[in-house]
Amino acid sequence: MSDNKQAAPAVSNEWPLWEVFVRSKAGLDHKHCGSLHAADAKMAIQLARDVYTRRQEGTSIWVVPSNQIIASDPGEKGMYFDPMEDKVYRHPTFYQLPASLDHM
Amino acid sequence: MPQQSIRVGDSAQVRYLLRLADSCLILSQRLGEWCGHGPILEEDLALTNMALDLVGQARGLLTRAGQLDGKGHDEDQLAFLREERHYYNPVLMELPRGDFAFTQVRNFAVATWLELLWQRLQSSIDAEVAAIAAKAVKEARYQQQHAADWVVRLGDGTAQSKARMEAALSTLWPFFNELFADDAVDAAAVQSGLGPAWSELQSEWQQAMDAVLDEAGLAQPKPSAYVSAGRQGVHSEHMGHMLAEMQYLQRAYPGGVW
Repeated sequence: MSDNKQAAPAVSNEWPLWEVFVRSKAGLDHKHCGSLHAADAKMAIQLARDVYTRRQEGTSIWVVPSNQIIASDPGEKGMYFDPMEDKVYRHPTFYQLPASLDHM
Repeated sequence: MPQQSIRVGDSAQVRYLLRLADSCLILSQRLGEWCGHGPILEEDLALTNMALDLVGQARGLLTRAGQLDGKGHDEDQLAFLREERHYYNPVLMELPRGDFAFTQVRNFAVATWLELLWQRLQSSIDAEVAAIAAKAVKEARYQQQHAADWVVRLGDGTAQSKARMEAALSTLWPFFNELFADDAVDAAAVQSGLGPAWSELQSEWQQAMDAVLDEAGLAQPKPSAYVSAGRQGVHSEHMGHMLAEMQYLQRAYPGGVW
């Protein structure tokens, strides 16, 4: 693990912000569970352990510098997502299957 | 009527377990004082997590010590109803929490020592103690790493953090001696297979200290000949105040639970 990863730039005197992803058990995916401040990657992993896995929530942790997450623009939500509203034929349930294949 | 104090017998094996149990209990209480006062929320949680690990270890050992003592005292009675002279933790554990540098230097030294001790206690002839050690060794390993990182970070940090680390080291250094001072209690534990003599841990502990302090750019203070005597029940002036706070509820409301 590199200690030199560049995380989100500090606001005033605060440590950089990190996003925390926790895998609850082997085979499942890592889920975003929150964020925290830490001086570097190693500290972020340790503090993620202390903040987010206190009740046996985890078997594996990822941390990502928050400023490395590229997010879609909330202002463009309409343009991005509304056009899918009327395209029900994209769901497999839209189609009538032959009786022999039904209940797949 | 206030709750009467209890006493434990003079058995070497009970004494051996209480020295370790009280070390965990008393340091846990000191770490708990950081609750709500940590430098950042995340580290506040880290410190109180450690306090809870330590209190868990103390509970197991106190319960076992109570069984071996044979007077029917449970973990709570042993934790809260003894008098100051009947606590057997090294004085190191009861020193006031100090600043963050002091806390991390002590945590580092103690976690390093505990990890070595738990490793050996995993093969204790006492199955209960071995089981407690098997669980605790993982907790100590994490605490050791977490504190070691802070020692390096602060020692190799700013002029102010370095100065605070140096001050903490020089205050704490003489109190480390007691972690490795042997007596008849240790000899009996070795004899019976209950656990190692604490002096056995010294060279490995010193190596770990050397490595981390070196990486932190911190010089070790000169060795001191002073050996505190908490393990014999002779404590510093801080212990009584601490116990007054710890014991208040059980003394005022005997047997109180929540």
